[in-house]
Amino acid sequence: MHAETDVRLSRHARAWILVLALVLLGGGATAYTLRAASGRQTGATGTPVAGFTLDGARPGALHFRDTATGRVARLDPSASGGRVAGGPACDRFHAAGPTALCLVRRPGVPARSYALVLDDRLRETRRIALPGIPSRARVSASGRMLAWTMFATGDSYARSSFSTRTSILDLRTGYLVKNMEQIPLTLDGRRYHAPDVNYWGVSFAADDNRFYATVSTGGRTHLVEGDMANWSARTLRENVECPSLSPDGTRLAFKKRVSEGPREPWRLYVYDLRSGREHPVAERRGIDDQALWTDPGTLAYGYGGAVWSVPADGTGEPRRLARGASSPALPR
Amino acid sequence: MYLATTGRRDAPPTPSRGRRRVPGTVLALGAVSLVTDISSEMVTAVLPLYLVVGLGLSPLQFGLLDGLSTGATALVRILGGATADRGGRHKQVGGLGYALSACSRLGLLLAGGSAAGIAGAIAADRLGKGVRTAPRDALITLHSPPEELGRAFGTHRAMDTTGALLGPLAAFALLWATAEAYEAVFAVSFCVGAFGVLLWVLCVPGRRRSPKPPLRPASPGPRPGAEAAPRARGGVFSALRSPAYRRILLCAALLGATTVGDAFLYLLLQQRLELDATWFPFLPLGAAGVYLLLAVPAGRLADRIGRRRPFLYGHGALLLAYGLLLAPVTDVLLLGGVLVLIGIFYAATDGVLMALTGPFLTEGRQAGGLALVQTAQALARLGAAVAFGAVWTASGPRTALVAAGLALAAALCCAAGFLPASDRPAEPTPLRED
Repeated sequence: MHAETDVRLSRHARAWILVLALVLLGGGATAYTLRAASGRQTGATGTPVAGFTLDGARPGALHFRDTATGRVARLDPSASGGRVAGGPACDRFHAAGPTALCLVRRPGVPARSYALVLDDRLRETRRIALPGIPSRARVSASGRMLAWTMFATGDSYARSSFSTRTSILDLRTGYLVKNMEQIPLTLDGRRYHAPDVNYWGVSFAADDNRFYATVSTGGRTHLVEGDMANWSARTLRENVECPSLSPDGTRLAFKKRVSEGPREPWRLYVYDLRSGREHPVAERRGIDDQALWTDPGTLAYGYGGAVWSVPADGTGEPRRLARGASSPALPR
Repeated sequence: MYLATTGRRDAPPTPSRGRRRVPGTVLALGAVSLVTDISSEMVTAVLPLYLVVGLGLSPLQFGLLDGLSTGATALVRILGGATADRGGRHKQVGGLGYALSACSRLGLLLAGGSAAGIAGAIAADRLGKGVRTAPRDALITLHSPPEELGRAFGTHRAMDTTGALLGPLAAFALLWATAEAYEAVFAVSFCVGAFGVLLWVLCVPGRRRSPKPPLRPASPGPRPGAEAAPRARGGVFSALRSPAYRRILLCAALLGATTVGDAFLYLLLQQRLELDATWFPFLPLGAAGVYLLLAVPAGRLADRIGRRRPFLYGHGALLLAYGLLLAPVTDVLLLGGVLVLIGIFYAATDGVLMALTGPFLTEGRQAGGLALVQTAQALARLGAAVAFGAVWTASGPRTALVAAGLALAAALCCAAGFLPASDRPAEPTPLRED
């Protein structure tokens, strides 16, 4: 064969350069990996500390995920640092009534996640394996209905888009909807089919049957009202994400897309279901969270590694409730 | 005829078929692709996780970052091809592409949490990928005997796919071993990519296959007629002067426009089987495995019976996959059948299309000509995906699949009548220096 090349090196010399490069690059890669691995400890273990329970908490105590430990924690003025972090390790957390929902992710091939259903003593009662990255977790006020959302990255292998999978679990019947995408959807008054339908951010009404959620299709997001008994959903209005129903069932707090750019694309809004009017709250930053009603007039949400609160009526200003925290919850 | 088309006056008559070795250059190019694909698929596999879990970017922000760089790739590919053709700088242009992609991993490391930095790194990777593809395929064409192009491309694609399969495994193993140190994945990916660039620099010859002694870059003056490239007239679109090339281009675009994209097929498969979503990422791996196994046999078959037939059969396999998704068959048959058919489709069309196109390109214009075919096919497929999504939205998945099947069948009939009957130009491509 004609072995002429631009680089006029002997076969021997090229082989030696390649071996040398292999040793150097391989050594560098190994060293970097070892250094990176030694700087980290594997995640906190999932078992809660004895005595840390939902029913043992002072009524109205704010619970959240403590960023430093990855554990569920609660504000406690009597404890040092003002908080106790003794709950299970969760990536997303929510609790209401006698039930808590803890979403955890385990690294591996593929990345596996679990939805853990916990009772009021934070003992695990059910474990559901799911693919994806935990995103939203909600427990209905009674503690009976659970809903959660995962980002599924595998849907588009070797491609860089996301889809979501939203699951609903009825604790009384034990019935689990692993992926609610097949729910018959009426969009703008017409039955709708599309391959790109995605749901996320479910919020249940007090009757544990009606729910609100986001549906995204064709690049737009809609607020849907769903009915568990009829297993149907219809869209109400556009540009609503992660709705959260107020305790009295009259208003929805939600994320509204206000900018097309990647920086701070959302604002937190409150929508009145009866009057059909909406208004922004006094939080000017781009909130990407499903807000929590801590009382009929106040919202809490995660932003920038902390939990904040703001009045729901558009007055006042944001106040930081806890630093190094996310996933606010208020078990009653 | 063989003597003229192999471009080698002193070449012996084609030896008895079967036992010839794949040219060393093709193996070198395949090794570069294998190593580079390990590097790039490592990043592709973990990037969404890193951005959302590691950095806390929302998927929307990630989508915007990603969209920024996708559109430019088609243009860059043609530019890369055209530049490579100028003076036969395939090695330099391709090497630039490989180096750019490798350096984009360093960009990811340095960007930290900055969205703009990450967008830049992703764009650099895409740019590198676009730039290098056509010069690399042109080099395969230039360094393989025309009658064995199919096998050469098959070998290259099999090695390429091997890298693509190993990459995600390596990345997830690293994440597991380091308790999710994403920066370690990027660092290792950079090292692997840098090794790929070095392989390219040291093992891939730069000039076209030529019976003459190599040109000395230091003495360009004395023999102006020695290099074929400057004499080929016209730019990228000069290839369009060949009627056979125009037919191939048209058929590639036509068939591409009726190819709905395997992502949709996997989605339909998952829905039919009610497959647990955990296993969803493994569907494309199954098809890739079949592709890997069949790429070389398909290329050899193409060399033996002519390249148009495997290319058509491959699309026939895709049509069968559509049919299987509509047919009332058992789950096992459906799953195995669709994955095998998608694998056959890629094995019989991807490299074979390049092997089909290569002989119809003027010396010194290969990269541009190949780039044009690849871009036309890619754009047509993009259009097909949009149209398929629209029909699905309007009338449901079954209707969309039936429509896609009918369109593909019609396109196949057209292509069968339209693709050049012979693998070679009726008159040998003028190789003027011979």
